[in-house]
Amino acid sequence: MTETKEWTGPTREFDVVKEFLIALVVVSVLTLALAWLFSSPDDRPITLARWAKAAPGDFVATAVTELDGTSGTATYGPPYNSFPGAGQKLGPLPLQRWGGVRARVDTAHDLVVGPLGEVPADPQLHAALAEWTSAPAAVQTRWATAYSDALAKAPDGNPAKVAAGDYGPVPLMMTRLLRLGQTGALDGLLLAGAASQGTFYATDYTTPLLFLADGTYLEDAARAQHLGGDQWGMTNETGSWPGQAWLWLYTFWYQIKPFSTSGNADALVWGLMAVLSVVFVCVPFIPGLRSLPRHLGVHRLIWRQHYRG
Amino acid sequence: MIPIDLHRPAHYVHWGVVQISVPNLIVIGLMVLVFVLAVLVPFPKGRGR
Amino acid sequence: MSGSTGAAPVSESAGPSRSWTAFVRRRAVAALPPDKLLPDRQPAYVASWIYVFGVLTIAAFIVVLASGTVIALEGPQWYHRSSVGLFVNSLHLWSVELFFFFMVIHLWGTFFMAAWRGRRALTWVLGAVAFLASVGAAFTGYLVQTNFDSQWIATQAKDGLNSVGIGAWFNVLDLGQMLLFHVLLLPVALAALIAGHLIMVRRRGVVPPFPTEDQVSP
Repeated sequence: MTETKEWTGPTREFDVVKEFLIALVVVSVLTLALAWLFSSPDDRPITLARWAKAAPGDFVATAVTELDGTSGTATYGPPYNSFPGAGQKLGPLPLQRWGGVRARVDTAHDLVVGPLGEVPADPQLHAALAEWTSAPAAVQTRWATAYSDALAKAPDGNPAKVAAGDYGPVPLMMTRLLRLGQTGALDGLLLAGAASQGTFYATDYTTPLLFLADGTYLEDAARAQHLGGDQWGMTNETGSWPGQAWLWLYTFWYQIKPFSTSGNADALVWGLMAVLSVVFVCVPFIPGLRSLPRHLGVHRLIWRQHYRG
Repeated sequence: MIPIDLHRPAHYVHWGVVQISVPNLIVIGLMVLVFVLAVLVPFPKGRGR
Repeated sequence: MSGSTGAAPVSESAGPSRSWTAFVRRRAVAALPPDKLLPDRQPAYVASWIYVFGVLTIAAFIVVLASGTVIALEGPQWYHRSSVGLFVNSLHLWSVELFFFFMVIHLWGTFFMAAWRGRRALTWVLGAVAFLASVGAAFTGYLVQTNFDSQWIATQAKDGLNSVGIGAWFNVLDLGQMLLFHVLLLPVALAALIAGHLIMVRRRGVVPPFPTEDQVSP
């Protein structure tokens, strides 16, 4: 085949070093211009303190679901816990379960009881915690569920306006947790773990991020900027900056059936994109696909000088 | 002072299931335009041998 | 060796050698002699502006690395509190946008030219894997912004990775791990892929046009 042989036909002058340096100058100038004209986004992160102060109702409602084990994280399954029945499948393959519980989070303890237990000199709180931990699981669930339902019915979801009822120590625990959150102490406690066994240097934000993402405050802020999954959010950016437009195909599948209505959407999309990525890499080996360019004919424009002779 | 302040929320174009931000649309539109120009604009004739 | 006069340089041995170094050198020079590595002529059919998008992509990659290096020198939270830092962050963001801009146009061009023909499949494979690695490198960059965007992206992306069982290992909620992937592991992998891609382009030369009917051998 002529395509494999060294080219022996006409040549033209070509300065690879000069071309590279010109390209470098052009790109540098373009980058400087774009950076100067448009700058870059930097929306400050949402601390647990900000969440607790701006949306105490959502904060407490989320904390109750962590306590009674009904939150997104508590029912997630691997890698955080082994909630029965949880875990996405790719066809028959329970890949999420196969991953194992390797980043264990006990939501009731890690997010509520543990941090509250670190508060010193609060006899009422300690009594409430003792009452909670000594109660059977069924009683704990009854208290937390009743409080959760009552909170949902309270005006504006305001914890201070919850109707009276049998909630055990839950209201007091929630009030203290909210206060702890509003001071900013909870940001530190969740990041480093409970102080008695906590680490000083912490670079793993799994625990505080899972708590934050279980609420609606973070999601509401994201959806307001069109960053939600069903808003093609993966390709978008805060403000009016362009985003990761190259993720368009990845997010596209989430917008259409069967993915948009499937409980296994993530696994299905990942599986599909893995296959398409392999196809993309292996284009030279796939009959039909590898001969498509010839039929499309764009090359006739690119090489028109050559074809004219 | 940034000449063009992009801190405001973006506008979105909706077309069926597709929702695309105007900034992304501009980027993609420019890519297509630049590609077409690259293919069509004549390249200077070299010093051949 | 053709062209040499007088005694051989000290660094080269005359005759057959059991030297591993000499072996590697001979193979390397045979595969890619200097005038192929750094040519000053190219086939006349390389006559379209589409051909400049490969080098533009590389140039953008250099600017990405340079701006990233400045950020690395000052630390990942510098740009939140410094206007110079914010400007360098902007350089990094826009050079990444340009990197993908040029790379995708380069991809479109090489696809339409079926640039994998003539034993150039490896060139395509390396380029395609580099594209995928670039998407990953950019993604980890968004994760280590230490701002609202990174909080949202991390908590969303975890679901995809967890659903296929790798989320506990590649933990997008772990800033430390993601920062190391972004600053070290992925740039090194990407640089190696790009280097391999460039070496293959030089070894095989730029793909020739599709042969016309009268040129195709029977």
